[in-house]
Parts: sequence; structure tokens; C-alpha cells
Amino acid sequence: MKFTPFFDRHVALGAKMTAFAGYQMPVFYTGINEEHLSVRRNAGLFDVSHMGEFILKGPGSLELIQSLTSNDASRLENGRAQYSCLTNDAGGIVDDLLVYCLEQGKAYMLVVNAANIEKDWNWISSRNRAGAELHDISAKTCLLAIQGPMATRILQPLTGTDLSSLKYYTFVKTRFAGVDNVLISATGYTGAGGVEIYFEDVKGEATGIWDAIMEAGKDHGLVPSGLGARDTLRLEMGFCLYGNDIDDQTSPLEAGLGWITRFNKEFTGKSVLEKQKAEGVHRRLVGFVLQEKGIPRHGYPILDQDGTGTGVVTSGTWSPSLQQAIGMGYVETGQAAPGTSIFIGIRDKQVRATLVKIPFIS
Amino acid sequence: MSTPTHLKYTKDHEWIRIDGNQATVGITEFAQRELGDIVYVEINSLGKALKANEVFGTVEAVKTVSDLYLPLAGTILELNPRLDKNPELVNQDPYGEGWMIRMTLSDPGDGSGLLDQAAYDQLTGA
Repeated sequence: MKFTPFFDRHVALGAKMTAFAGYQMPVFYTGINEEHLSVRRNAGLFDVSHMGEFILKGPGSLELIQSLTSNDASRLENGRAQYSCLTNDAGGIVDDLLVYCLEQGKAYMLVVNAANIEKDWNWISSRNRAGAELHDISAKTCLLAIQGPMATRILQPLTGTDLSSLKYYTFVKTRFAGVDNVLISATGYTGAGGVEIYFEDVKGEATGIWDAIMEAGKDHGLVPSGLGARDTLRLEMGFCLYGNDIDDQTSPLEAGLGWITRFNKEFTGKSVLEKQKAEGVHRRLVGFVLQEKGIPRHGYPILDQDGTGTGVVTSGTWSPSLQQAIGMGYVETGQAAPGTSIFIGIRDKQVRATLVKIPFIS
Repeated sequence: MSTPTHLKYTKDHEWIRIDGNQATVGITEFAQRELGDIVYVEINSLGKALKANEVFGTVEAVKTVSDLYLPLAGTILELNPRLDKNPELVNQDPYGEGWMIRMTLSDPGDGSGLLDQAAYDQLTGA
């Protein structure tokens, strides 16, 4: 079992801890509903240091990224990030990730899912024909997400860099809470606004940064928030979770990620995806809301009016914002239009649901 | 919160308070904390005669779902009417306002298989 530098802070705050991707991580402190609503209204502080970070350097770095990812990283200038997919030869998704352009054409950071660090590392290393220099900095890199409409106002006193001018999907490296070389990125997985900050924990900087953020936020409604609220927040936005909504067998086009699939360059699985795009996909990831009592969960069947199975739920939860049960899942393309009535098989019952557009909240 | 000494417990984290041939049942503090925010308490076994350890309902929390097991054999007489609108009472006051059912016991003398407070605390590492 691995621990982030914030483990003692989580325990002192009374967090319920769980094993996730080999790490002891907080699920919630006071409760998912309260943390979720605090992030939507004010701000939440999340420890997501379990996430993986790779540095790719040298003249081959961009070529390697371009050959392995679905989005077009050649468009990235210094200080810009993009959402992308690592695709496999069958057009499935090895992982979804963020690509940070540290120095155009020369140095990039890839941020990958915790559960996929080893898989991604092996995949990228095995396909490194471009001869890029690769470094796995996951173990020494901390990642905190400060999310919510108050996030940048709370953090502003801790840095000389103007955070209000940091545009969505851009980042800066700056001094923060007395620590140099902190990467502040206007990104997140909640749809609530805010930033994510990356830094190395060399000699106890991590807990100092945590404490400084908690202190700065104490009069602004900042609450420590766990992986439970992170999941309900991302699901309200319709953001995919790797291993639930997307995996090696699902294509970016099926998952609604056509917007990060660029056919103006060569990449792994491109020909399969081009064919899918031309012919149309057979199934699509859709969102639905339950019309009756019940909560959909990963793996529950999606049924049509006759009770015939037509798909499967990939993610589901109670939505604290909507006070309604919501979910996502794959259905046949012909039955994927918003407004379509479906049923979710919840244990021995069939519960009525309606397909809706995602995001679930505006 | 310390575990009440006047109740009996199951290994599945229900509590039972026995009053003659009737009893009140709920889930423990440990259980509500493990489940997190409770959204629905679904009990469809009102009036049914059930055996000990039979499922009498389910609890849906935001992130997880769990079955409820009857501590002793009997028939469910009444559901806590407030849980329909306020399921969070189970989180807030699991041994009090968050009670789930009242039941008649098939065999009022039989408390075998139940844990007392000390044994339950040992089970949960409290």
C-alpha cells in the first residue's frame, strides 16, 4: 500500500479512507453530499496525488505524443494543456490523459490515471521509436485540485502570479505558498472551475502547501473533499472515468470523444477510427436520469420497453445537485436519442429512465 | 459515538432492541459511516414473516448499496415513516431517529447469535 504525503492530514480530519490504485485515499471527510455542494458553491480541496505524471523530453517527444494520442499536440504552445486519449491498434482507449506543453517540440508532461501508470509507461516505452527521453515522476509528484467558484480567489494571496487571468487549459510554473516550481493549471474534473497544482515533495513542502491552502480557504467555505465527491462532480458533467465509461474495448468516437480525435495526423488506431467515423458507430455513450426510485450502478443492464437488454450502465450515482439519480451507459446508436425511454435493471426491478443530453447540469 | 450497551448487534451491522415479544431494528454507527450519505431506505417486506438473517430491505447510499438482514425471525409491523422523506436520519442518529423497522418476534426468548456491545466493538475494531 502507498501513501500520499497528505495521509496524516486526511486521518486527522477524520476521513474515511479506501484503497484506490494501490494508494490509501480519502473517500469522504464529512459526507459526499456536503463536499459536493461545497465545491459547486464555494470550493473544495482534493488530494489526487495518486495520479501519474510522465515527462517526455528531446526532439522526439512531440513525434512520440503525436503518434500515440488522438488529439493534435502539435497545436500546443508553451503553457497550454489538452485533453487526449492514448489509443490502441484496434481504436480502443489505453488511457485518457492530459498533455502539458512545457517547451514546444522539446518537453511535455503527460498526466495519466493512477490505475494505468504501469500500463501506460510500458505502452509508451514499447512504442518509443522516436527516441524521446522518458521519465516517470509519479512517485515524487504531488497533485492537489482546488475546485469551485471561489478557488482562485482563495489561492491568490499565496502567489504573485495573477490567477484570475489564467485561462482554461493553460498553466504557469511559479512560486506558491513559499515553494518554487509549483505548476498551477486551470484544469479540473468537476466542472466547477478552479485549478490543479503539481509540485515535488522534497523536504516536507507538501504538508506546508496543504496547510497554507486550508488556512487561506477557512473563511471562504473551502472544505477538504474526497474521491466520492470527485466522482459525483465529474459524473454530473458527463466526464468519462477510465475503467468505467471508457476502456481498451471502447473507442473515443463511441464515448463522445470525437472532439479530441483529430484525423489530420497519423496515430495508433487511426484507420479503424476513420472507418468508424465514415460508417457510424454501433453504440454510443449516453446519459440518462431515473424517473423512479433507485440508483443505477456500474454494470446494471439497460433494457428496452420489452425488457430486452440493449446496453449496460457504465457509471451511476445520486446527483447531489439535481437531487435525482443519474447515469451513463452504452446503447445501440439507433436508440441513443435524448428523450428515449429506457429501463434500468436494478436487482429484481425494472426502473424507468429517460435519455438526456450531457452534461447533466448547465 | 460509543456503541449503546442496551442493544444487541449482528455481524452485518444491524442493531436490535428487544421489548418483550416485539423489537426495533436499525443499522449501527459503523454501518452508516461505511455507507456514507444515505439516499433511500427500501423495505418491501412489511407484514411478511421472515427468518433470522433474511434480507428485509436495502439501503442505497450515494456511492454504494447494501442489503439489510433481519437479526431475529419475525414479522415486520411498521416502517419508520420519516425515512421516506428524511433518509439522512440514519446517518445523523442511527440508534435513535434513524430506526428502520418494528417487528414481532417469532421466538422472543431466542437471542442466540446476537452480539453484545463488547463483542460488536471487537468486531469493528472500535
